[in-house]
Amino acid sequence: MAEKLRANADIALEGLLFDGMTIAAGGFGLCGIPETLIQAVLKSGVRDLTLVSNNAGVDDFGLGLLLAEKRVRRMVASYVGENKEFERQFLANELEVEFNPQGTLAERMRAGGAGIPAFYTRTGVGTMIAEGKEVRRFGDSDYVMETGIVADLALVKAWKADPYGNLVYRKSARNFNPMVATCGQVTVAEAEMLVPAGSLDPDGIHTPAVFVQRFIQATSNEKRIERRTTRAEAA
Amino acid sequence: MATDTGMKGWTRDQMAARAAREMRDGFTANLGIGIPTLVGNFIPPGVDVTLQSENGILGLGPFPTEQEVDPDIINAGKQTITELDRTSYVSSADSFAMIRGGHIDLSVLGAMEVAENGDLANWMIPGQMIKGPGGAMDLVAGVRRIIVLMDHVSKNGSPKFRTRCTLPLTGANVVDMLITDLAIFDRESRGGPFRLIELAPGVTIEEVLAKTEASFEI
Repeated sequence: MAEKLRANADIALEGLLFDGMTIAAGGFGLCGIPETLIQAVLKSGVRDLTLVSNNAGVDDFGLGLLLAEKRVRRMVASYVGENKEFERQFLANELEVEFNPQGTLAERMRAGGAGIPAFYTRTGVGTMIAEGKEVRRFGDSDYVMETGIVADLALVKAWKADPYGNLVYRKSARNFNPMVATCGQVTVAEAEMLVPAGSLDPDGIHTPAVFVQRFIQATSNEKRIERRTTRAEAA
Repeated sequence: MATDTGMKGWTRDQMAARAAREMRDGFTANLGIGIPTLVGNFIPPGVDVTLQSENGILGLGPFPTEQEVDPDIINAGKQTITELDRTSYVSSADSFAMIRGGHIDLSVLGAMEVAENGDLANWMIPGQMIKGPGGAMDLVAGVRRIIVLMDHVSKNGSPKFRTRCTLPLTGANVVDMLITDLAIFDRESRGGPFRLIELAPGVTIEEVLAKTEASFEI
């Protein structure tokens, strides 16, 4: 068995990082983000990054850490409303931003990972999103062509990883992670738990090991909550 | 509403409750962030609705108690939420396959502007900070029926139901029903015109006409 487990995040990213590269990262908001690996990317000093991720983290956590250190040249995202430094850089034209509808972003990564260079979707037809893109009629509706995304490096957060690199996510922390895992030239995963071979149900594996080249035991599992909302007891 | 005493127009809760009456038994629905989220509080008894959250939950439960808070269970507004016995968790691609594939019956969304041709603008104001479309463009492109909840006029009093949207669109010809604090407009098909079907308590047709730029049937 080719050993995919690495001792820590720095070692897992060895030889993979270069200035100007494109990194795709899983997560929705701060849920299911590869906390450990993002911190290692920050520590490496790599810069001029293009980041592909649904959100841009918050000011002092997640991808916001890379923004704060001005490591990001371009952001491909669907929603970035939770980050003041992002807003400052965006309004000062220090940061290039490409907005994608959320479903389009997910599908672009799914397509890129599946060897599909482009696809047509109704989402965005008649809006700014379709400007400069091919619009084609199928049946009685118009569809806009969107391209697949392949990233130089994909970073994902899993709940469990077995020694082969099969991954299972937990609840809504799954979100973009399965598509991100497929769209990297190299995919590095961090898992909250490393479990023995044979302990994952083969029918319940979310990301099969073929998509994962390296993985580590996650050492940052803060799972910060953006909007803690509760109800009184006994509803 | 019957409980209203001399108040003019509908409150946000009343608008949400009215939208909830559009739910049908067995519907799967997606509720937008803000006032649309309140719709979930008013689903009539005996009407079983499954709520979908585009970050990857089919079958949203209520907000958690302090003890139940789980950082791995959040809704599209990034609020902590709970699961139900029917819940399934899915990837973003599968979640948007539900949305874009026409498998969701109804979505309730907020808006900055709605036009008489059904165009919707709710994602950006040029020159201001743009937060991004999130899943709104996918929802209006793929969900079978779109209900918009919004104030009838903007904070400075200008009409938000317009001849044409002045702001960049979220979707073209996508709105089926518009519920404001003053009135409700509906249309039978996406080719047809909107018709005024209800007035809020204390609101006259004259007032609605004065505060609306869009043409509509009465």
